[in-house]
Amino acid sequence: MTAAIKTDKLKRFKNLEFILGVLLVGGIGLAVIFSGWLFPGGGSELNLAYRLTPPLAEPGFPLGTDPLGRDVLARVIIGGEISLKVGVYSALGAVVIGIIMGLVSGYYGGFLDMIVMRFADVQLALPFILLAITFIAVIGGGLTNMIILLIISQWVQYARLVRGSVLSLRDREFILAAKAIGVKDIRILFQHLLPNLIGPVIVLMTLNVANNILLESSLTFLGLGVDPVIPSWGGMLAEGRTYLQTAWWVSVFPGLAILLTVLGLNLLGDWLRDALDPTGRTSL
Amino acid sequence: MVIAVTLIVSFAIRLTGDPAVMLAQGAGSITEADLDRIREALGLNQSFLTQYIGFLRGLVVGDFGRSFMGGTPVSDLICRALPATLALAFASLFVSIVVSIPLGIKAAVSRGRWPDQMIRIFSLIGLSFPNFWLAIMLVLLLSITFNLLPPSGMEGFSSFIMPAATMGIILTATNVRLVRTTMLDTLRSQYIMVARAKGLSNTVVLYKHALRNCSIPLITYFGLQFGGLLGGIVVVERVFNWPGLGTLAFEAVSARDYPVLQGVITVLSLMIISINLIVDIAYGLVDPRVRKE
Repeated sequence: MTAAIKTDKLKRFKNLEFILGVLLVGGIGLAVIFSGWLFPGGGSELNLAYRLTPPLAEPGFPLGTDPLGRDVLARVIIGGEISLKVGVYSALGAVVIGIIMGLVSGYYGGFLDMIVMRFADVQLALPFILLAITFIAVIGGGLTNMIILLIISQWVQYARLVRGSVLSLRDREFILAAKAIGVKDIRILFQHLLPNLIGPVIVLMTLNVANNILLESSLTFLGLGVDPVIPSWGGMLAEGRTYLQTAWWVSVFPGLAILLTVLGLNLLGDWLRDALDPTGRTSL
Repeated sequence: MVIAVTLIVSFAIRLTGDPAVMLAQGAGSITEADLDRIREALGLNQSFLTQYIGFLRGLVVGDFGRSFMGGTPVSDLICRALPATLALAFASLFVSIVVSIPLGIKAAVSRGRWPDQMIRIFSLIGLSFPNFWLAIMLVLLLSITFNLLPPSGMEGFSSFIMPAATMGIILTATNVRLVRTTMLDTLRSQYIMVARAKGLSNTVVLYKHALRNCSIPLITYFGLQFGGLLGGIVVVERVFNWPGLGTLAFEAVSARDYPVLQGVITVLSLMIISINLIVDIAYGLVDPRVRKE
């Protein structure tokens, strides 16, 4: 009886988690997609008469203005584009590479398997930020380079996850049956194995997008990410930090935007994990 | 492993640009001959492999070479910065363990009820915080608005609180969930039921019987976190102007100071590898079953 009530409450909480996540991610996503239409100026027109206007002090600048009189609201929404692009594209790239490498190395084993796992070990010993500082110093910052860097550093996670599942599925009856009737390897990999292990991969990907957004903004904040001329959350925070004494709003709102986006993604990922794995084996 | 790491890093840094040019900047007019002389003095005219073997040879005896800027031995620079970073790392790890264990146990015990959900929401929010923004917000609140703590630098205990709290809060958010999940697993075991049946108090059951059995997976997770923790500290050090390894590495990148950057990355990787070794040893200390084997 009490157990039933408990699970009922837990379910309601889970639904709340999902609704909040969808609202946050959907709202921010839509705002960013339509930002060009909402703010045709691109958030970079200067209003030097209105420098460092506090929020709600002047009509037209609900979140105030920065040291050059640019609208903080417009810049926060337009700046989201960089973060979302980096987060989504790098996670997608890492997923595709990770799945292929994981499937192949788990299914065939051998030399390739050894290489993939050694690579994973080396990456465990290096803090990402240091790796990033070094490599961005080499190849330069910018959107594409950052996405490439994130893909390079994160496909291993997916490869490990997929490999682990392949190892446990590889000798199951349905795979043996498929082999026995002469299904080609490539079809076994993508049509028989992949659908059976995609759940945790999707969960990892959701959380990965969130994490990538955090990493991107830290790098941009350090001045190693995207060009400071383009509005981005990390860049705005780096600029706003100098004016912390006099104008708190310049550094509060971009950070809040990061927090809410990442929170939304984490809520969705959490919900998805419980939905796909009701026993809670993987929930950490 | 150390070799793989240092090889990649030292190769990559050398692609970043010519340190001789950086050094000569601001020295007025310089000729190509001057640049050549600087390169020769720094050993940059040798091949990459020669330079790298020289670095490895030094590494064995604990010599990382000298900084290109000013010629200070790298080991001196690192010895000066390392305690600051280590202090920060251990303080935040300590804070997070002390806070997250009771909270995680509370969440596991009250699974599905409101304390669990409150803790879960707070930990999700904590997980979503960009660490550098949390640092900035703490400065805004505690230094600028209430003028309680110094905003940056390293002078005494008061300047230590905010950097450690920043990393501590973020780590706690992760660790609470780890403790909760591990605890849930443990609480299902039969020996917990036996302990309860014996009539032991709730505290003894949770903290003595359950927690000790959770310690192996928890120590593993805490060890694995160390790399991420150091990475986070590098960023947070920048916000607080903390004179640690992160600041050192960052300055070395902008100055193309190869020996310093190489040294810092080697030391950090060594630290992560040795932490994982310590984790293995710790298993034996907390779990008598491992000791016997």
